[in-house]
Amino acid sequence: MSEASPPLIELRAITKTYGEGQAAFQALCGIDLVIRAGEFVAVMGPSGSGKSTVMNLLGCLDTPTSGHYLFRGIAVETLDRNQRALLRRHSLGFVFQGFNLLARTTAQENVELPLLYRGETAEARHAAARAALKCVGLDGWEQHTPAELSGGQQQRVAIARAIVTQPLVLLADEPTGNLDSKRSHEIMELLLALNRDQGITVLMVTHEPDMAAYARRIVHFVDGLVDSDTQHAGSSAVGAQAEAPCC
Amino acid sequence: MLLNALLLALREIRRNLLRSFLTVLGIVIGVAAVITMVTLGNGATRMVADQIAGLGSNLLMVMPGQRLGPGRDSAGAPKFKIADIEAIQQQVNGLKAVAPVVGSAVTLVAGTQNWSSTVSGTSNDYFVAGNWKLAAGRQFSDDEERAGKAVCVIGNTVKKELFGKQSPLGSSIRVKAFACEVIGVLAAKGQGGMGMDQDDTVLMPLRTAQRRLTGSLDIGNVMVSLKDATNSTVAIAQLRSLLRERRKLAENADDNFNVMDTKQIAETLSGTVRTMTGLLGAVAAVSLLVGGIGIMNIMLVSVTERTREIGIRLAIGALEHEVLLQFLIESVVLSAFGGLVGVVLAFFACLGLTALMSMPFLFNPGINLTAFAFSAAIGVIFGYVPARRAAQLDPIQALRHE
Ligand SMILES: Nc1ncnc2c1ncn2[C@@H]1O[C@H](COP(=O)(O)OP(=O)(O)O)[C@@H](O)[C@H]1O
Ligand SMILES: [Mg+2]
Repeated sequence: MSEASPPLIELRAITKTYGEGQAAFQALCGIDLVIRAGEFVAVMGPSGSGKSTVMNLLGCLDTPTSGHYLFRGIAVETLDRNQRALLRRHSLGFVFQGFNLLARTTAQENVELPLLYRGETAEARHAAARAALKCVGLDGWEQHTPAELSGGQQQRVAIARAIVTQPLVLLADEPTGNLDSKRSHEIMELLLALNRDQGITVLMVTHEPDMAAYARRIVHFVDGLVDSDTQHAGSSAVGAQAEAPCC
Repeated sequence: MLLNALLLALREIRRNLLRSFLTVLGIVIGVAAVITMVTLGNGATRMVADQIAGLGSNLLMVMPGQRLGPGRDSAGAPKFKIADIEAIQQQVNGLKAVAPVVGSAVTLVAGTQNWSSTVSGTSNDYFVAGNWKLAAGRQFSDDEERAGKAVCVIGNTVKKELFGKQSPLGSSIRVKAFACEVIGVLAAKGQGGMGMDQDDTVLMPLRTAQRRLTGSLDIGNVMVSLKDATNSTVAIAQLRSLLRERRKLAENADDNFNVMDTKQIAETLSGTVRTMTGLLGAVAAVSLLVGGIGIMNIMLVSVTERTREIGIRLAIGALEHEVLLQFLIESVVLSAFGGLVGVVLAFFACLGLTALMSMPFLFNPGINLTAFAFSAAIGVIFGYVPARRAAQLDPIQALRHE
């Protein structure tokens, strides 16, 4: 990515403290991070280093203790609850570490939900949800509820739900954490294709260097601080011969 | 947006059928219990009020024997004679009617039908004192009373049992060993106190009953009806002193007869019923409360799951008020449905129970509305308030809820 493209996301001196007084714990100790449109970033780091915390803040699911978060130049901390919800609705897709699918609800309905809040028609919802599920290799599983799906399948439903709205930014917290290596690579191909073909900016947390290798940029977290931030050249070779997925 | 929220709410209800069912059940029980109990209480009160009206006001019952209630001793006490009746008629002021009564349980036969009932030998004053109207025929003539002719006036139940839909006038009934001509039919009064059927009765002239049934000149008891303006305390005092004198009781001896004021009894009775209705109401209120607590319980138990659900919805871009509208619709639909089922259930329960207890069914719109509104309010409040709290959290906090 050229330095010329405008910053999509800018974090300035972000801190996050959990708890109060004696029990207070500072999970983020001043994060500065710039993400440009179209980037594919892998976030790595040991467990407890604040990766999920920063993802939640980026996803507007949580509020920082201090610091500034600019999304396309807009200071997110100045937005009210509804404006932040609309930001999530229209620009962000989030894949949770723990799936967070609605129980007793079919894969199809789970994936349709974001579209429902966007006010799309039933036909448009059905078609888009079907396409998204096909994209993650779950065609034929539309009518299954989370309880009837394996961990990997639930993870893929969660990814389908995040991409069904074609967000500006896809935030994925360990999207391959529950998948075997074959499935993991498929998911990475998928994210890569979304990034390459649709220009969706992807931020992804992972433990595995194999998966991080797909990204052009790797940000390392240690103890609530950015430890290293390196650009790669090589990832496109991995994805080059992969077929562009359906979406 | 409303349509979306409705869709989501109905989906959520269908998806959690057990929880929905339990919520509805709590409301149904609360609503049905309150309405049923209050309606039955109203019916009982009305029934007693009707009976009081049926008794006629200012009626005194005079019986031989010392006192009412358990251990009542009438065996030794002298019975009344016709002379006592005449004395009462002449010497006590402000009386409307004085009717002697000789009672006897008998089996009645007409054609192929037979029926067990009670015969009362009495005079035409009985119609006044007992507040009886004639549905057909006539009262006793002077001649029939004097001569003790075998004629009778029958109650509606006896007529139905022996003659069905046919007119019994002019037919004869065999009472014990003698045949008795039916000259009149009493207008129906319906069920009396304590399940007694007042219409299951046969009246004949006093003489007839004394001669042909009891074989003595004794009179069982006396019904005395006072004029509207008469002070019953004064009349009772006069009656007592007259009877004491006629029975030659010493100054310090107890009465060997008893004067009962039916108005007093009726008042006591209706007071009792009022207390009972209050009690029923209290029980009903408790069941409403229990139903309400049931609803709260279910709602609170599901708060964790629902809070997470709210977190998910917020995380994927739902607005706070969209989530709340969904929860509001959910609670309203469940509560209204439960309330409606409760009202319908109570209606049929009341219909059945009042029929079973021969009580009037008084539909009470007030209690139906109150019970419905109360339960619905509980349902809505306890479905909505936790949701509101959850929807005001940051999505991640809602998702982490435990
Ligand atoms: N809700 C919370 N309350 C208190 N401490 C928390 C909370 N969430 C995370 N933490 C702490 O913050 C640190 C960073 O957590 P997290 O961002 O989840 O790490 P990871 O890099 O493994 O995703 C951890 O030490 C964790 O214990
Ligand atoms: Mg984590």
